[in-house]
Amino acid sequence: MLALVSPALLVILLLIVLPVGWLAWQSVYQDGFTLEHYRRVLTEAIYWRSFALTFEISLAVTVIALLLGYPVAYLANSVPKGWSILILSLVVLPFWTSVLVRAYAWLALLQRSGVINQFLRYLDVISEPLALVHNTFGTVVATVHILLPFMVLPLYATMQKIPGDLMQAGASLGASPTLTFVRVFLPLSLPGVLAGCTMVFVLCLGFYITPELLGGGRTVMVSMLVSRNVELYNQFGAASAVAVVLLLSVLLIFVVVGRFVALDRILGQK
Amino acid sequence: MTRLSPARIALYVVSALVLVYLILPVLIIAPISFSSARFLTFPPPSFSLRWYQQYFANPAWMQATRVTLTLALLTVLIATPLGVAAAYAISQSKLRIMRIIHLALLLPLVVPIIIIAVGIFFVYARVGLVATMPGLVLANVMLGLPYVVISVLAGLQSFDPAQEMVARSLGMNRLRSFFAVTLPQIKSSVIAGGVFAFISAMDETIVALFISGGQYQPLTKRMFTALRDEIDPTIAAISTLMTAASFMLVLLASARQRRNS
Repeated sequence: MLALVSPALLVILLLIVLPVGWLAWQSVYQDGFTLEHYRRVLTEAIYWRSFALTFEISLAVTVIALLLGYPVAYLANSVPKGWSILILSLVVLPFWTSVLVRAYAWLALLQRSGVINQFLRYLDVISEPLALVHNTFGTVVATVHILLPFMVLPLYATMQKIPGDLMQAGASLGASPTLTFVRVFLPLSLPGVLAGCTMVFVLCLGFYITPELLGGGRTVMVSMLVSRNVELYNQFGAASAVAVVLLLSVLLIFVVVGRFVALDRILGQK
Repeated sequence: MTRLSPARIALYVVSALVLVYLILPVLIIAPISFSSARFLTFPPPSFSLRWYQQYFANPAWMQATRVTLTLALLTVLIATPLGVAAAYAISQSKLRIMRIIHLALLLPLVVPIIIIAVGIFFVYARVGLVATMPGLVLANVMLGLPYVVISVLAGLQSFDPAQEMVARSLGMNRLRSFFAVTLPQIKSSVIAGGVFAFISAMDETIVALFISGGQYQPLTKRMFTALRDEIDPTIAAISTLMTAASFMLVLLASARQRRNS
């Protein structure tokens, strides 16, 4: 059995474990052992500001995705099977479109001469085109769009397991629909909320394509810091240190959340 | 519950808006690609195939398309057998270490791609695999493995291993009984896993940005570079074709799965 799994394992070891190990090594070794790169990452403003911005954007994206995703998952859970299949199909449909293609679509929709600005001008709502893209706003809109399915699917899976009679029991005891929702349904759906939020937050921390194409160079997220240090400045040590800090943040989140929800439940969704 | 309370109506409206938000960007590309306008105007002034002509007439785009198709095909051909073997071993073995191996095979979904990309770039730079086809294929095999493993493991869960035991008790060796008894029954999840690996390789951008170059640049890398400079509707044509290809593959795979179940 070990022989059967070893080719796949070898690929993982050579193409993830070795490269990440290499980054870790490069982050502390440059003509001798040094913590200089970490000192820079933690003290220089461009670095920690970018980390702060990335956490802020990830938090905003997670909250928005939860607010948008919860009603959809709730609706899919409460309608007849045919309808819920339709709703879920619409949710996963964008999955099968490349992230790059969707970034392009958002550029087409949001730019100054884009579809939304033209439509608003046609309606005479605005006279000057709005700056909807090449800024943090555009980045958030497109990122939420890409990550929303990762929120809806675990929410729906959790809601499916909530027995319907519990709601009826609440109603028969005289509670209003709102009260049964707040006191019974909402608490029982929290594991799904946690799983969805973790997935969205963690994926957002490492996002690269959308902030690079829609951020207009001002929204420098951590991933862009890594790529610029490699491609533009040849600062391999600094890039490695940033990557290691990012990876540690991600792993820390998984470990902490893993204490509350089974990890394969979060990962098995896609 | 089915009474249309104001809360219920609000739920419908919000959900409908969210679904429009999800679908709109997927639908907007095709009309742009068939528009005659040089710049984005909506609705498009007239129907035209000029962006498709530009795509098919451009040797650089064609070369990139060949790279992408070769890459995705090779990725599936390698990742699928590796993933099936691994999933089979994980589901059959009772060794404690298999749990850790299982998690290790899911690592490509956990580690941010940008980190994987930069790490692979440094390793490849040392061993001369940057800007080569084998380098691209290897990286995409790794990225595609989790999809095959997850899909096949799910398929194996509904398969009764006793059937394979029966085949073996009748004198088949393990390998033959796997191909004769097990594989036909998990075929649709193997195909689904392969389709995911194909799409993942076709859409992969970030690793390609770092490790591909010269004549071995896949479509996504050229598209990304082009998008940084200007919004060329040729990209809408390519995007439409790519999306159509993914949708067709997914539909084929899910039609199979439904027929089998």
